[in-house]
Amino acid sequence: MSSLLTIEGVSKSFSGSQIFNDLNLAVEAGEIISLVGKSGCGKSTLLRLVAGLDPVHAGQVRVNDLPITAPGRQVGLMFQEPRLFPWLNVRDNVAFGLSPARKSSKDNVVAGLLEEVDLTDSAKLLPRQLSGGMAQRVALARALAGEPEVLLLDEPFSALDAFTRMRLQDLVLKVWHDYRPTMLLVTHDIEEALYLSDRVVVLGEKPAGVQEIIEVKLPRPRNRNDVQLLELRGQLLAELS
Amino acid sequence: MGRLNPLVGLILPAIFLVLWWYITDIAHLLPVNQFPTPGRVWNTGLQLFNNGELFRHITVSLGRVLAGFAIGAVIALLLGTLVGLFRPVERLADPFLQALRNVPSLAWVPFLLLWMGIDEPPKITLIAIGAFFPVYLNLVSGIRQTDRKLVEVGYIFGLKPFALIYRIVLPAALPYLLAGLRIGLGQAWLFLVAAELIASTRGLGFMLIDAENSSRPDIMLVAIITLAVLGKLCDWLLQLAERWLLRWTDTFKGR
Repeated sequence: MSSLLTIEGVSKSFSGSQIFNDLNLAVEAGEIISLVGKSGCGKSTLLRLVAGLDPVHAGQVRVNDLPITAPGRQVGLMFQEPRLFPWLNVRDNVAFGLSPARKSSKDNVVAGLLEEVDLTDSAKLLPRQLSGGMAQRVALARALAGEPEVLLLDEPFSALDAFTRMRLQDLVLKVWHDYRPTMLLVTHDIEEALYLSDRVVVLGEKPAGVQEIIEVKLPRPRNRNDVQLLELRGQLLAELS
Repeated sequence: MGRLNPLVGLILPAIFLVLWWYITDIAHLLPVNQFPTPGRVWNTGLQLFNNGELFRHITVSLGRVLAGFAIGAVIALLLGTLVGLFRPVERLADPFLQALRNVPSLAWVPFLLLWMGIDEPPKITLIAIGAFFPVYLNLVSGIRQTDRKLVEVGYIFGLKPFALIYRIVLPAALPYLLAGLRIGLGQAWLFLVAAELIASTRGLGFMLIDAENSSRPDIMLVAIITLAVLGKLCDWLLQLAERWLLRWTDTFKGR
C-alpha cells in the first residue's frame, strides 16, 4: 500500500537557479506534516508544486497514486494571505469552494463549515469588515468546502498576533480531528510545527532536498510547554542553524 | 466631518444665478440681446415647456443617447473582455482601436451622413462611437488590474476558464467598468450634440442651432441648462448603481 501523497525525485528550477534537486517525501493519509527550512529555501514553491499550480521539471507528485499535473479538487491550498473575494460576503466566500457535487446541499454544508470555524454570526459580513484572524478562518472554511484529501497550508498564521495564532492552531487541530485531511504545513514558526505535526521535515540549502525528518510522537492535545517538545525544539534549531 | 447635506451642492449654482442676475438685470454690464437675463430665460423655458416643444426635444435626444450608449457599451463590453483576457486578441485589435480612438468626433460626421443618410442611424452610430472608447479602455485596464492572487484561488478550486472570467475577473474589474460607463455616458451626450448640431430637425442640439439661426440666446440657454440637468441626472443614476454594486470596496472615500 503506497502513501496518500508521494513526492518522488522532484527537481525544480526558477530562471537558472535550481530550487529542488531530487526531493523525496511520502505522506500517509491523515498525517500532519510541517515543512521548515531557511527563508527562501523553496518551502512555498514545494506547496505550489503539490497543488499543481507550478509544473515540476523532473520527478512526480502523486496523490492516491495519480500524478498531479494541474490544480484539482483533491488538493486544497490555504495561502499566507486570506485571499478572500472582496465582493462576496463570508458565506459566499465559503460557498465559492464547494465542489459541484455539494451544490445541492449548499446551505447546510456552508452553515456547517461556518459553525466549524465559529463564524456563524459573521456570515453576512464583507471581507473588509473582518479582522485578520477572522479572514483566515473564512479562508480555512473555504479550503475545506472543496473536501480536499490533502490540505496545504502556506504559512497561514504568520501575519497574525501570537494569541490569535495559537487559537487558529487549535482550530486547525479541531478541523483535522473533524475532517481528517492530510495536511502539509509550511511554517517558519518552530513551536507551531512541533505543536501541530506528526513529523517535521527540514529542507536543506538550495538546491534543497529533505535534510532531516523529526518525528513528534506525542499525543494530542499537546502541552505547548511539554519537556519533550522543548527538547525537540533544540534539536530543530540545531538543524536550522 | 459629519454627513453633509447633499443640498450644499446647490450653493454654487445659486451664487452663479445671483451673479448672472446682477450682471444682466441690475448692472446691465452685458447687452441683453446677446446675454439674456435669468428671468427671460425662465420665461422662455416655461413657454417651451408648456407648449410641449422642450419635452419633445428632450425625448428625442434622450432616446438617441440611450440607444447609442447601449450599443456602444455592449460592444465595448464584448471587445474589452476579449482584449483584456487574451493577449493575442490585444495584439490584433488594440492598435487599430487606439488609432480609431484618436479620430476627433466631428471627423466622423460627414462620412456617417454620406454612408447612412441623415436619419437616426448616423446619429446613434456617432453616439455609440463616443460611448464605446471610455468603456472599452476602462474595462481592459480593470481586467488587467485583477489581483493575480485571486485568480490563483480560482485555479486551486479547478475553475474552468469561463467560470474564472465571470466569477473572478469581471467582478474584480467592476469598479473600472462602472467608471468607464459613467465617462461613456458623458461622452454620449457630447457626441449627441455634435450629431444634432449638424444634421437634425429635432433634439436639444437642433434647438441650439435653430436658436442660433433665429438669434435667440434665451432658447440656447434653455437648451444648455437642460443638457446640464439631464447629463447630471443620468450620471446620478449610474452613481447610485455604482454605490450599490461597489459597496464591498475598501477604498478611501474622501474625508
